Amino acid sequence: MTGVGGQGTILASDILGEAALLAGYDIKKTDTLGMAQRGGSVISHIRIGDHVYAPLIAEGDVDILIAFEKLEAIRWCAYLRTGGIAIINDLAVPPLSVGLGTSRYPNDKEILAAFKKITGRVYFVNGTDQAHRLGDARTLNTIMMGCISTFLPIDILTWKEAIAHRIPEKIRELNFKAFDKGREVIKHVGIG
Amino acid sequence: MSKTLTGTTKKLLSGNEAVALGAYHAGIMVAAAYPGTPSTEILENLAKHHDLNAEWATNEKVAMEIGIGSAYAGRRTLVSMKHIGLNVAVDPFMAAAITGVNGGLVIISADDPGIHSSQDEQDNRHYAPFAKVPMIEPSDSQEAYDMMAYAFSISEEFDTPAIVRLTTRIAHSNSLVEVTGTRKVPTERIGFEHNVQKYVMLPVNARFRRPFVEDRLVKLAAYTETFPFNKISWGDKKLGIITSGVSYQYAREVFHTASFLKLGMTYPPPKKMIREFCNGVDRAIVIEELDPFLQDAILAMGIAVTGKEFIPRIGELNTQIVREAAIKEGLVKGKSADTLTGTLPPLPGRPPLLCPGCPHSGVFYTLNILGKRSRLSDKSKEPEIIVTGDIGCYTLATYPPLYGMDTADCMGASIGTALGIEKANIGRKVVAVIGDSTFLHSGITGLVDAVYNNSKITVIILDNSTTAMTGHQEHPGTGKSAKSVETQAVDNEQIVRGLGVKDVQVVDAFDLKALRNTLKSCISNEQLSVVIVRGDCPTKTRRRSIPMVIDYETCTSCETCLKIGCPAIQKVKDKIFIEPTLCIGDVCSVCRQVCPHHAIEPAKTTAKG
Repeated sequence: MTGVGGQGTILASDILGEAALLAGYDIKKTDTLGMAQRGGSVISHIRIGDHVYAPLIAEGDVDILIAFEKLEAIRWCAYLRTGGIAIINDLAVPPLSVGLGTSRYPNDKEILAAFKKITGRVYFVNGTDQAHRLGDARTLNTIMMGCISTFLPIDILTWKEAIAHRIPEKIRELNFKAFDKGREVIKHVGIG
Repeated sequence: MSKTLTGTTKKLLSGNEAVALGAYHAGIMVAAAYPGTPSTEILENLAKHHDLNAEWATNEKVAMEIGIGSAYAGRRTLVSMKHIGLNVAVDPFMAAAITGVNGGLVIISADDPGIHSSQDEQDNRHYAPFAKVPMIEPSDSQEAYDMMAYAFSISEEFDTPAIVRLTTRIAHSNSLVEVTGTRKVPTERIGFEHNVQKYVMLPVNARFRRPFVEDRLVKLAAYTETFPFNKISWGDKKLGIITSGVSYQYAREVFHTASFLKLGMTYPPPKKMIREFCNGVDRAIVIEELDPFLQDAILAMGIAVTGKEFIPRIGELNTQIVREAAIKEGLVKGKSADTLTGTLPPLPGRPPLLCPGCPHSGVFYTLNILGKRSRLSDKSKEPEIIVTGDIGCYTLATYPPLYGMDTADCMGASIGTALGIEKANIGRKVVAVIGDSTFLHSGITGLVDAVYNNSKITVIILDNSTTAMTGHQEHPGTGKSAKSVETQAVDNEQIVRGLGVKDVQVVDAFDLKALRNTLKSCISNEQLSVVIVRGDCPTKTRRRSIPMVIDYETCTSCETCLKIGCPAIQKVKDKIFIEPTLCIGDVCSVCRQVCPHHAIEPAKTTAKG
């Protein structure tokens, strides 16, 4: 799970971890933060199975890559296994160096081309748009969890229990709605 | 959280949470620490409990001394710090290694292989033989929880401080923990005994105490053979792997059939067990992160093992690195993974930045202008004003466009380094920048030296009222304890004046004109100056107002605003705009002050109020 500091990827990985725990799996999860709060690149490795040893996943071993931002998707694409699933939020957050003119943000064609070498299963989702439509940009993480939930053997009630554990009551209903929206959205996007 | 069949609870905990819970259940009554990634969350978790004292100390040395005192008084005590934090605390640590303890004293050293958030990746396992104390290394959160009880028992039974070494990947990974214990506070050791031969290390007493330390090591060497987390699991006897900590997990992913000797106590190592294991396999190898610590110990036993010949000694390991090394060494079959990296377009990096509304941005922008530091992008130019830096968020000002500092060594070093450059007499003005927490941690002594030795440098204390970089911990200057209880705040202005600094200025971090005038006069005057720049960290206070917008009719795209390095000010397709969700508005207004065309104003709202 990759993104930019402040996008809520850590909370999302916490929810996924909690859901896997409730579903009875062994789990290891590690967030390589760098200095996440300060707008840096963030990546979380989450491993779920009967027995998990290493917390970090090797390059080429990732089953599902979920990216909250496009540059962070391509940055970590080599981690995806051949034929793996990539769920990419269609959002560009250009780093400062792009604004200063010392580097260039990759275009969609380049991003897709990079993934094409690895897999045909690339889903671009308009998660940020959907979050704004729900009235709270911070629901992006539960929308993305809704997307990923369609690929994992964890039932919906377990997911919602995990969300309830991790999200304050005041905004819980909104996040359930966002989760359902994510499940719906992923079904209607074309495979890139 | 979920219930297991045996009725215990399973939790998904980080290594740090597991250490805190294990120490809590082991009955600690005192915990002291200074924040430092990746150790910070240990004390934060302990501070949530009301039935123990958990405190942020001024620095790691003080934390260690608090730990020693509390242990002398018979209480189980935890002291936690990052690897380089232990450097700061080594003086009292070495003393405690000789005096021993009474109540258990456990020191957490959280190392950072891969240098995720530090200035080096020193291997703190070396401190164990250096001080002749035991060292325990968990390989996941379960062990981090389970081993704490053992660490305290060992400390008490062998009359020694015990080190539990974590690494970033253990401290910051979450894994399942079956919580088997509950809190029990031992009472049998409580009390302080007048025993100068043990506690007053006059040379005569220290000499008396020395044989005890060697004798203790012999006893620990016998104990380590029985330590339940030192374990052999026989598999295929063609290959035997000796490993510990997180390296064990990577080795398990790569070697499915080999025999394993997994060490939970890496100092002293269980020599008998190691010999038995190595005799039982055709070839023994060591897989460990950083230095050949175990390998050298085993080689010194006269056993031929390899490891660092193919496992890197720099950086963090992972499954991929261990797998590639094993393939190259012919230990496992397979071919090296194809790497895609060469086929990708060059990607812009995304380094962490000073936040929108950061009180440090205006200071470094001003230093940049006064010292013409943006010319430093041209490598042939030397800085007109040399800025010695320190450890904190503000170290991020090093990146363009701020070009904020020329040096950053360790906590508190900015002032001493500046004094040295001044004394080198190379005809350049020197400015030291240091954060409020760092100043209290170890900057004060440098400033005492500056007063005493007639320095004329300028010291800027960047006071944002928090320890921001590690996640907004309280410190002696904030007036709040680790448990968020009001305490007396230590006032840095009073300290500076009390030391005898004559030229002391206090400036608002968001008032660029005042910053410019003050810094200009302090840097040019021929006396020691201290400028305290005050502005709260907006990421902590969450204070914000109406965001700024650019009036494109007056904007000439001169890009002056981009030179602040504010992440809210972005340029996409030749157009500069201010991202409204990031900008904190008039609370900061630095961009509004730098704009030469007055093209930046708070957004007009349609609704009133």
